[in-house]
Amino acid sequence: MSAAHEPVQTFTPRDFHRQAHDALGNPQIRANFRRAMDGLMAKRRDVFSDWDLETLRELGANIRLRALARLPDLLERLEANCQANGIQVHWAENGDEACRIIREICQRHEAKAVIKGKSMVSEEMHLNAHLEAAGIEALESDLGEYLVQLNEQTPSHIIMPAIHLNTDEISEIMHDKTGIERTRDVDTMTAAARAQLRERFMGADVGISGVNFAVAETGTLCLVENEGNGRMTTAVPPVHIAVTGIEKVVEHLRDVPPLYALLTRSATGQHVTTYFNMISSPRKEGEHDGPKEVHLVLVDSGRSNIYQDDELLDTLRCIRCGACMNHCPVYTRVGGHTYGTTYPGPIGSILMPHMMGLEQTKDLPTASSLCGACGEVCPVKIPIPDLLVRLRRESVGEGRGNVPGAGVKRTKKEASAWKGFQWLATHPGVWRSGTAMVGKLQALMPAKLGAWTEYRTAPKPAKTSLHALVKRHQAERAGGEERS
Amino acid sequence: MSARDNILKRLRERADGPLTAPQSDFGVVTGRGWGQAERLARFERWITSVHGEVVHTSRDAWTSTLAEVLEAKGIRRLALGREHPVAAEARAALAERGVALIDADRDIEAWQREQFHDTEAGLTSTRGAIAETGSLWLWPTPDEPRLLSLVPPIHIAVLDADTIEDTFFDVIERHGWADDMPTNALLVSGPSKTADIEQTLAYGVHGPRELVVLVRNAEERV
Amino acid sequence: MTPVKLYPPKPEKVYLFGTCLIDLFYPQAGLDAIRLLEREGIDVLFPQDQTCCGQPAYTSGYHDEARAVASAQLDLFPEPWPIVVPSGSCGGMMRIHYPQLFAGTERKAQADEVAGRIFELTEFLVHVCHLRLEDHGAPEKIAMHTSCSARREMGLTETGPALLARLDQVELVEQARAAECCGFGGTFAVRHPEVSAAMVEDKTQAIEATGATRFVTSDCGCLMNIAGRFEHQKRGVEGEHIASYLWRRTS
Repeated sequence: MSAAHEPVQTFTPRDFHRQAHDALGNPQIRANFRRAMDGLMAKRRDVFSDWDLETLRELGANIRLRALARLPDLLERLEANCQANGIQVHWAENGDEACRIIREICQRHEAKAVIKGKSMVSEEMHLNAHLEAAGIEALESDLGEYLVQLNEQTPSHIIMPAIHLNTDEISEIMHDKTGIERTRDVDTMTAAARAQLRERFMGADVGISGVNFAVAETGTLCLVENEGNGRMTTAVPPVHIAVTGIEKVVEHLRDVPPLYALLTRSATGQHVTTYFNMISSPRKEGEHDGPKEVHLVLVDSGRSNIYQDDELLDTLRCIRCGACMNHCPVYTRVGGHTYGTTYPGPIGSILMPHMMGLEQTKDLPTASSLCGACGEVCPVKIPIPDLLVRLRRESVGEGRGNVPGAGVKRTKKEASAWKGFQWLATHPGVWRSGTAMVGKLQALMPAKLGAWTEYRTAPKPAKTSLHALVKRHQAERAGGEERS
Repeated sequence: MSARDNILKRLRERADGPLTAPQSDFGVVTGRGWGQAERLARFERWITSVHGEVVHTSRDAWTSTLAEVLEAKGIRRLALGREHPVAAEARAALAERGVALIDADRDIEAWQREQFHDTEAGLTSTRGAIAETGSLWLWPTPDEPRLLSLVPPIHIAVLDADTIEDTFFDVIERHGWADDMPTNALLVSGPSKTADIEQTLAYGVHGPRELVVLVRNAEERV
Repeated sequence: MTPVKLYPPKPEKVYLFGTCLIDLFYPQAGLDAIRLLEREGIDVLFPQDQTCCGQPAYTSGYHDEARAVASAQLDLFPEPWPIVVPSGSCGGMMRIHYPQLFAGTERKAQADEVAGRIFELTEFLVHVCHLRLEDHGAPEKIAMHTSCSARREMGLTETGPALLARLDQVELVEQARAAECCGFGGTFAVRHPEVSAAMVEDKTQAIEATGATRFVTSDCGCLMNIAGRFEHQKRGVEGEHIASYLWRRTS
């Protein structure tokens, strides 16, 4: 029964349907996600209750828009200020380049062991595997990431990586992989992980972290966390490498407080996290701790392509809080792994097609009922449902062709079905002969009606359409008025 | 062309044309207008809600309070700085108290294992605090380095009540952070914690299990 | 976010856009909507050339087709009367997405003008008609499912329940996770049938747990989905469009 004993499973967005089927049939997964998402939604609601949330979201969106509007200038300013502070800045076109840059820094320091703070960008580029292949051990230190890594999995949520596992499963994993006694006591397991990881922090040659906000004005890297592993990662090893997407830059230091307020409240319903860690330079002359070298790796990986398009641009506002997945009824049912992508849920479905292409990810933009819950809670007001629709357009070849793999989902059968729909709906005379139309629609989509009726009784087409009923009703009323 | 030049070129030659940057109104994160008593009350309410411990004391008697806290928690080995008045006064007061005072103003390479294994608590000053979120702000120095507030299992922070301000935004603006950022600036709001095991809160996962804030009020409080 | 809408005084006439689902499967709901409006002294114009708002094509990404269909609807409302739509989903399409769909085309101004006249039925009954209801029905406990489009796209979380509250003998009970999607989502239900089925199963369980034996909704997509699931499982909870329910209990 334990996840620890199951063979390592790999997930890909191509297999969304099969993976969703498996997840839906797994009561443990269903229960773990439902409970977690219910809790997170309730906490978010409570923590925003005494705030002017709409004004704060407006400001958050506005700050991110301003940063994007000035993105190239701000990146240059960030670079100049980081360099002036002694932080070395590197640029990578894609994940492979970023991996290579990071590996080379590690190799220059003859690093054998790397300790990692949580970084979704490093997940995005499969950094751990790259380093391992070069003989460098990369160990995750965020407790959730550590557990997921022990279990040879990937995170199922961008903020809470091990949310798919329950206490019993985690106990089993820690027993199997680290040799501790089985226990249901969370404090005992946490203390064990603390002891295991403290040794590793001391032995690490390099610390690798992500970045929540990079401040152009001051050359400052901000990290948001509760555990302290982020501070450890960025202060204990002699070298710190921060890796981030090029969109994470903000213009001013004063832009940070509103985004931080939105991030913690939206992510976990916390009014603040335990630590807000702002790093502006390596260890200076006379200082006694902190890394002697700090590097910042700026990764593009499709972001500058998203940047070209006025509508798609909104995708880059994201501050990675995960509220969209916490509130997504689809994510809640199928869990994060089902998506088969680094970023699951609504944000993943609008972001991953740019990174992996629509050929791989074509089932993601449709994996939404467009209920709007994601857009409603997004702290920077990304119109996620509209972007899902935009990617559907791109997949069927009716967009602007600005997404890799555009048009891949277009089939003659479906395109002609919609042409047929258009023809009917623009020929009201034909439309009015309702039964004929129903017959035609059924002929166009036989398999799909089958899927509907597997779980529901099909609605019966009415004998008399509204058009006909209204005609009769109007005649009766006219007749009634004449008689009276 | 380098990756840098390529990326910047693509961003500069944006297909849909240049973007207009909107103005921002920061009203929602400032202007709380709380009085000092309200600030202290809010600070205390928030930081205790996340498992921080607040001990009230006075400017004059705070080192006795510190000694009591150390005794109550059985702390025999305390790491601290030397030059900051907080460290200096603590050293003077604790000299005869049987608490081993560990110098924090040393290169970490010289005492890393000692810090990780044999230090029971770290004492730091703070620059101030934030009422709205119950956060301390620290700018670590050579005298009180970064790891002093992180590695020992208990962090004791000394805060003057009159340095609590309303919001994070206010702190950044009033103290001109943007003009002079230190190597590391920190907000600390409670002890280290995680909820990664089935949403169950556990403290002290990597950093301190306990955070004790000694709030120095101008007048002695009972 | 829908901006605050300023509601007009009660007009002499309105247009009714019946929606294709009502036309095909629930025509009675459309007729009941007309009767409710007529009882308020409003003449209801029903353009016979109306078909579908175009939303199925729109959400499927077929925007050229959706635009062609929407374009045909734009011409149906030449006089400046409000356009009442007994569906949050189609109402949202016409109010929110028509302006997007026609952006950069020569019909943008017309799309904006039509969008500005769109009212969802319960919204119109509450905010424009200030509807009063005299309940003739037996005491009953019912649940309501407000569609996601009505709730989030049109900002109409309260109008359905407000109408039900005017029925003296009716007790509205709220199901757990009332704001959660029922899993219809138009083509979502056919593209991801298993996920959709899991969602509607949860929704039916939540409604059943309230003890209500009837639920109402202002959207026929949700009705088809939730009632279809109840019927499939033979669970004895019936669904009804809110227009029919209001008319039935007050006529």
